[in-house]
Amino acid sequence: MALLELRNVTRRFGSLEAVKNVSLAIEAGEFFTLLGPSGCGKTTILRMIAGFDAPDEGDILLDGQSLSGVPPEQRPLHTVFQSYALFPHMTVAGNVAFPLEMAGRPKDEIRRRVGEALELVHLVAKAESFPHEISGGEKQRVALARGLVGRPRLLLLDESLGALDAKLREQMQIELIALQRQVGIAFVFVTHAQDEALALSHRVAVMRAGRIEQCDEPDRLYTQPANRFVADFIGKVNLIDVEVLAASKVLLALRAPGLGEIAASDPRPLRAGESGTFALRPELIRIFGRKESADLKNRFEGKVKELLYLGDVTLYKVELANGFVIEALMPNAAPGRAKFHEVGDPVAVCWRHDAGLYLRE
Amino acid sequence: MKSRGGQFWLWAASLAVYAFLYVPLAVVVLFSFNDSELNAQWVGFTTRWYAKLAADADMLHATANSLLIAVTASATATVLGTLAGVAMQRYRLRLLPTLALTPVAMPELLLGVSLLLFFRQVLDLTLGFVSILVAHITFSIGFVAVIVRARLAGMDESIFEAARDLGATPWAAFRRITLPLILPALIAGFLMAFTLSIDDFVITFFVAGVGVTTLPLQIYSMIKVAVTPEINAVSTLLMLLTLTVIATASRFAPDVLKGKA
Amino acid sequence: MARHARVDRLARWGMTLPPTVFLLAFVAAPALIMILASFREPGEFGGLAPWNGASFEAYRFLLTDIIYAEIFARSLLVAVLTTLICLVLAYPLAWLIARSPKRRRDLLVLLVMLPFASNFLIRIYAWIMLLGPLNLLFSPWAVMIGMVYVHLPFMVLPLYVNLERHDPALLEAARDLGAGAWTRFSRITFPLSLPGIYAGAALVFIPVFGMFAVPELLGGTGDILIANLIKEEFLQNRDWPLGSALSILLTVAVLACAGLATLAARRGFKGTEAVS
Repeated sequence: MALLELRNVTRRFGSLEAVKNVSLAIEAGEFFTLLGPSGCGKTTILRMIAGFDAPDEGDILLDGQSLSGVPPEQRPLHTVFQSYALFPHMTVAGNVAFPLEMAGRPKDEIRRRVGEALELVHLVAKAESFPHEISGGEKQRVALARGLVGRPRLLLLDESLGALDAKLREQMQIELIALQRQVGIAFVFVTHAQDEALALSHRVAVMRAGRIEQCDEPDRLYTQPANRFVADFIGKVNLIDVEVLAASKVLLALRAPGLGEIAASDPRPLRAGESGTFALRPELIRIFGRKESADLKNRFEGKVKELLYLGDVTLYKVELANGFVIEALMPNAAPGRAKFHEVGDPVAVCWRHDAGLYLRE
Repeated sequence: MKSRGGQFWLWAASLAVYAFLYVPLAVVVLFSFNDSELNAQWVGFTTRWYAKLAADADMLHATANSLLIAVTASATATVLGTLAGVAMQRYRLRLLPTLALTPVAMPELLLGVSLLLFFRQVLDLTLGFVSILVAHITFSIGFVAVIVRARLAGMDESIFEAARDLGATPWAAFRRITLPLILPALIAGFLMAFTLSIDDFVITFFVAGVGVTTLPLQIYSMIKVAVTPEINAVSTLLMLLTLTVIATASRFAPDVLKGKA
Repeated sequence: MARHARVDRLARWGMTLPPTVFLLAFVAAPALIMILASFREPGEFGGLAPWNGASFEAYRFLLTDIIYAEIFARSLLVAVLTTLICLVLAYPLAWLIARSPKRRRDLLVLLVMLPFASNFLIRIYAWIMLLGPLNLLFSPWAVMIGMVYVHLPFMVLPLYVNLERHDPALLEAARDLGAGAWTRFSRITFPLSLPGIYAGAALVFIPVFGMFAVPELLGGTGDILIANLIKEEFLQNRDWPLGSALSILLTVAVLACAGLATLAARRGFKGTEAVS
């Protein structure tokens, strides 16, 4: 049985359907992320799980029991708020002790468990400090300790890393993963940053306009996006409008107008004449000079329009025959040479026949 | 306005305005020590007017009334005003803010006469202690509510949700989180209401009736009769009291005076 | 949803009901009573006569007797003059405070507000003392001085709050582009300070309308304003319908001015949004 289950949950605000018939199941011990652009309904779902909002239709079940009618203070799950929401008039230790005091635990047990929680997040030294005296990263850790000390069944995190600067954010991500694996409690994480979602999670649910577009492990989301939206939202991707020419178990022949024939592969039974999108990740494209040869099935000629030198890699934008600008990512791996091609160079872009993906919608 | 000449005129004008504000009050204080019945010229230094005050039964009576009313009215207004302030910040209300802030925005005269009508015509209440008390509470609620609301607005809203999330019932959350955090505002509100009550003239004038006098009403009758240094003395003492209360209030909520306008 | 919603709803009503009921009883109801009273006849010994259908006698009296229009106009004039004088006096002071270093600013604001802390009768009394020997007492000048003195701090504060938010870079840019001191003030500072001016004007104009003590104590018999009339009708003549009608008219005038001020402030907002 899943730890937390949402069954056909719908939530409306006036005429707006913020969450449309969403169903998902979260397993014990997993790091589950709700990912999507702002307004997609992910925060609404989180609030409904926490108990600050209730579904208009459908149900939310914890260990098989419905949470309907249960107020937030009685749900065995805690939230780490975006602003951390630390109580300014209590010390760090006081903050962490709060849920245990609310649960009526005896004083010495509280002291012991607060100590353990602070050790878990490496903040024992700051136990007697006040929230305004500690840094952003430390506040984050206090919020985590406070949310975990009560041993909830589930921890909810609402865009918690949003307020941190890039370097601190990266550090916190690593700490968060380690913490979750160590504690073994299921985390439900909400974010709009897809790289964060991929890095932290066991599974990610990609949301758009109140619906779940795809719920999968990060690598499958990346390599096998279900549709255009997911392909585009996660990482960088080239999307080419195509038409199916011929389909067989071995080869899928696609025609891109103005470009020519693209060789791809797809196990589904597809019909000739149907139109869709060809999705290709930039790192799967190789760029060669016109004269160089390559035995890759797909080869198209073009001219380098722009390039973005990023130190470790270079992002090339190559204009193809039909005007389409394809993005290709090449590592700058050769010693002594930074870039392989310059703006204006005539080049050929190539990729393997199984490198891209055909999407129907 | 960086020019030296411009700076000079700016300072001069400002100093003149400060002088305009303070000189009259300084004169009042100064002449409370004037050894002359007429108060027209400075004769000599004396404290006999303060002694006269201490012996003036009517004055003492009025002072006692004022203090009693002020404490009671402020306490009640603080409770009601805090409830109002918290509610206004948390929920999107329209009736309560309008009701609370009307007495603050409208001329006091209107509240005074309408209360007079209401007490006499509808409640058939003899004007006196109760009517003054009710009137003072009414106009103080708005002030307290604004101060409490401002304090809440400056805080992270999610703290209160976090308390609930971590297992606190609404009452426990109010007791352990909301109340401690708004306490400075409560104290400032109480002191503010106290000052307003002690100093109120216009509204009290209409709802006091014949039986009860407050300090401002007493001062008013004295002014109408004659200009004596006794008035200066009581004015000086009153100013001292108000100053002390406001100074204390601003220690609890530093932006009380700023946020008022 | 039952228990959860019930507790929350209880909390909400628990908080809103007590103050709302109290204020409905002592703000809304009295206002209503006053409106009704203005449509009744005065009683034999003062107060209100028993209800006998709506009477427009009070309003008719007010609107036909020229003296009321005169007093009303005079009150309007006094209010406008007081506001303007306060503005002229307050502006340099507010500017100075806004431009002062942060530490000193709070002290300077406090010094402005302290006189306000004293009982306003005392502030009037101070001028009785000062103007008596100068033979200026019981004159229109005394009334004006008194009105300005009592209300000046209220103009300073909103102005200062507004001016403090002006970006000094704006004036530097203007200077850099060739604008002289007066131009910088009239084209940049003044327009941006309009919202503060409107706020301060409202805080002066409206209370002036309700002030009877200043004309009564500092003015002569010819200086009475509409507030004095209201007081007379309620406490001396005991003609409550007339007093109520006057009060209603006063309220309408005040609301109209407040409405105009809000409208004007909103129009002046385009371009001044950054500094409201």
